[in-house]
Amino acid sequence: MDRIEGLAKLTGAERYVDDLPLDGMLWGMTVRSPAPRGRVTGVHFGSGVDWSEFVVVDHHDIPGDNTVLLIETDQPLLAGEYVRHAEEPIALVAHRSREMVRRAIREIEVTIDPDPPIFDFTAEPTQDQIQHGSDNALKRIDITKGDVDAALVRAARVVEGEYRTGSQEHVYLENQGMIAWEEDGVLVIKGSLQCPFYVLKAAVRALGRDSDHVRIVQTPTGGGFGGKEEYPSMIALHAALLALKAEQPVRIIYDRGEDMRATTKRHPSLVRHRTGVDGDGRLVAQDIDVALDGGAYVTLSPVVLSRGVIHAAGPYACDNVRIRGRAMLTNSPPHGAFRGFGAPQTHFANERHMDVIAATIGIDPDEFRRRNLIVDGQTTATGQRITDGTDRVALLDHALELSSYHERQDKHRSLNASHPYLRRGIGLAAFHHGAGFTGSGEVMLASELHLAGLPDGRIEVLSANIEMGQGTLTVFTKLVCDRLGLRPEHVVIADADTGRVPDSGPTVASRTTMVVGRLVDDSDTGDRVTQAIIDWHVERDEPLVGHAKYEPPPGIEWDETTYTGDAYATYGWATYVAEVEVDLRTYTARVTDFVAVQDVGTVLHETLARGQIQGGVVQAIGWALTEECAWSNGVMQNNQLTNYIIPTSDDVPPIRVSFVENPFAHGPHGAKGLGELPMDGPAPAIANAVARAIDADPRAIPLTPEHLMDLLSNGR
Amino acid sequence: MRHLYPVGRLGFMAPPSKAIEAGASVSLELRVNGEPHAVSVPVHKTLLEVLREDIGLTGTKHGCELGECGTCTVLVDGQPVLSCLALPATLEGHDVTTVEGLESADGLHPLQQTFVELGAAQCGYCTPGFVLAAKALLDDNPQPSRADIETALGGNLCRCTGYLKIYEAVELAAARMRGEPGEPTREMLYGAG
Repeated sequence: MDRIEGLAKLTGAERYVDDLPLDGMLWGMTVRSPAPRGRVTGVHFGSGVDWSEFVVVDHHDIPGDNTVLLIETDQPLLAGEYVRHAEEPIALVAHRSREMVRRAIREIEVTIDPDPPIFDFTAEPTQDQIQHGSDNALKRIDITKGDVDAALVRAARVVEGEYRTGSQEHVYLENQGMIAWEEDGVLVIKGSLQCPFYVLKAAVRALGRDSDHVRIVQTPTGGGFGGKEEYPSMIALHAALLALKAEQPVRIIYDRGEDMRATTKRHPSLVRHRTGVDGDGRLVAQDIDVALDGGAYVTLSPVVLSRGVIHAAGPYACDNVRIRGRAMLTNSPPHGAFRGFGAPQTHFANERHMDVIAATIGIDPDEFRRRNLIVDGQTTATGQRITDGTDRVALLDHALELSSYHERQDKHRSLNASHPYLRRGIGLAAFHHGAGFTGSGEVMLASELHLAGLPDGRIEVLSANIEMGQGTLTVFTKLVCDRLGLRPEHVVIADADTGRVPDSGPTVASRTTMVVGRLVDDSDTGDRVTQAIIDWHVERDEPLVGHAKYEPPPGIEWDETTYTGDAYATYGWATYVAEVEVDLRTYTARVTDFVAVQDVGTVLHETLARGQIQGGVVQAIGWALTEECAWSNGVMQNNQLTNYIIPTSDDVPPIRVSFVENPFAHGPHGAKGLGELPMDGPAPAIANAVARAIDADPRAIPLTPEHLMDLLSNGR
Repeated sequence: MRHLYPVGRLGFMAPPSKAIEAGASVSLELRVNGEPHAVSVPVHKTLLEVLREDIGLTGTKHGCELGECGTCTVLVDGQPVLSCLALPATLEGHDVTTVEGLESADGLHPLQQTFVELGAAQCGYCTPGFVLAAKALLDDNPQPSRADIETALGGNLCRCTGYLKIYEAVELAAARMRGEPGEPTREMLYGAG
């Protein structure tokens, strides 16, 4: 089956938020804080502009609570007296001419009486830098299994390491944008977003309306990667405030520079490992400390930290594990959801550390992993017993074979000994990714989905899950077709419109296909297809709707207070292998070959699945080698695609994708989540390959030419 | 590692014959997808904005408006041009092609077909720019190598696909346009490995 909306995307017919016509519409823009922390002492409107032509909104115009409701309520919708990060929204301006509003906004000056900011999330805050609790920790999570201290004393060797990753910008090609207007007393907000019900809940709180008087509608979304999980609520409510005050439709579309400067990025991390191994090269103790830079407000940092710490010990069996995690407040713009959600950071540290340990104790990296990968019956760091039948060692061996891992090492040795300036190396990473929400998250979401039989005999799928390029529309259509024996033209997927669809949860966490797709497959319209649907409508004057609600797989138990138990209903498992070439003249590292082997359960749509893996690998290549946010006083300085360098066609190696299918009993047709997995493995595999190529010991990414030069010249 | 279009090299980017005052409005006739469009716009309004806002062709997308991402690529006399950096005042008498003009009386362009079949469009936002840049390549070189394709598409950024499926779609369209077997191989559909 071809992508359902594919042809619309090839003919220009697909309408994204910026493409929608709006009669009598105003362009909105955001007035932002020039300083990272301090008291707002004034907002001065320049005298060269006729402000009577403009609609201006500040925090006094918020009908409900001045907050962007998420986990907490600490983030204001428009800062009133105090700002906690540069680029924080303070006021809004709208005008019918985009050019006029762009010019006018430059004539607004915000003055701030500064307080001391903190930017280093690894440093102890001074008393006057503390802004949250007693120590700026937005969230702490500890995981304990066995007795780490005793095991470290007994261990034959103890190996320590410290690993860092930087922030990463999503670079969805479609910038953030929203439109809002009021229609018969109902506020309609449409835009580029992943989670319509997040926006709805935030709107109810800040606008003081009930959910019958607000509708959130997703428009075709030009890439998300997590960047359109939480931040769209902010823009949606800004557009709403302007539209309500102006009594006219308002459009807010960020340009690239504003989007990169003001919206969320991946959390920077510092992870410390202290690991005990016995004389046979088996892990006996993993003592892990995880710190994330949360930015200025709580936003999603507690759950990013949660996924990060749960994955921090990797896919390995070890009886004694202690993981201490914290997300720290800094005066940077809040870091947020990004494909992988904390796991890429902790997997980078763990998989680079596995190579460091292997080198220290003199075992090959692949053999060291082979001895420690979880086999069925063993438990993860949270004590979850794995019994899924996946042979993780076989996955690793398959990846080594596909990549000619050992043969290439021999070739690299002879090239590296003789070539004047090129060095090659090959590296691997073994890892896992929990599919769906963490812990009891899916139970609390209690996702609901409806299938309706339309009067013309077609089936309509009503869910809140959205298409952003990953293939939701196609997978849902395929599941209905397979289940009911229909053709794609007999299936329609409803717009994700909170006025019509039930809450099937957000489109995040690799959960849409596995959790919500299962509901599509479970819906009780099973035996009533086209003619029966038509007959129903002829005979009766009532809608035909099938319902499905999430039921957790049996035997899943999670204790949120002790962080023990079944952290996820299931995991994707993978081994990735990267080959790199480093040019010693330019200090440039390039990925020359890539192999991705994974078990994501049954593959429902091979073209879409491979597209997800290849795209994720390339996004992770950028994070590993070129993508670096240059911060100064809490502001991203390189907020352009000219100097924030994502992979281009020149940077992409052949990527061989192999699926080892082990069906998951509780996914649709045996499928597990897969969208985030490919973000986890490439960075450590690449860093391990670079280490081999140049006989160095990189502990941080990105490995830009500047950092590689430092590493080779100064050993750091 | 980025190839930007050599916009300045192209003759049609030469300044208009008579001087135009900054901020003035100009009345122009633009030929877009074979149809004439009379527009009256500020002289500094870009081709991207005029196409989208004055002519109503929204298939051409804003990506960065600084000539960095290739998302707004259109064809001018068959050559790829970044419409966010082009001024309509310099384009009278030239042929502009947008994604809406790819389909002909004979039906879809082979590239449109193969991009759908091989999964080369994911979120779809960069797709119009890619497919137009690819058309310019195939019109000029019916049998491009993988390296030719990489170079020709090097000014277009994609964040979803990892580029490989786009290359495969261009290769398959090229084969079909040459009249060679038009069935995608398993390798093209699912990649090697």
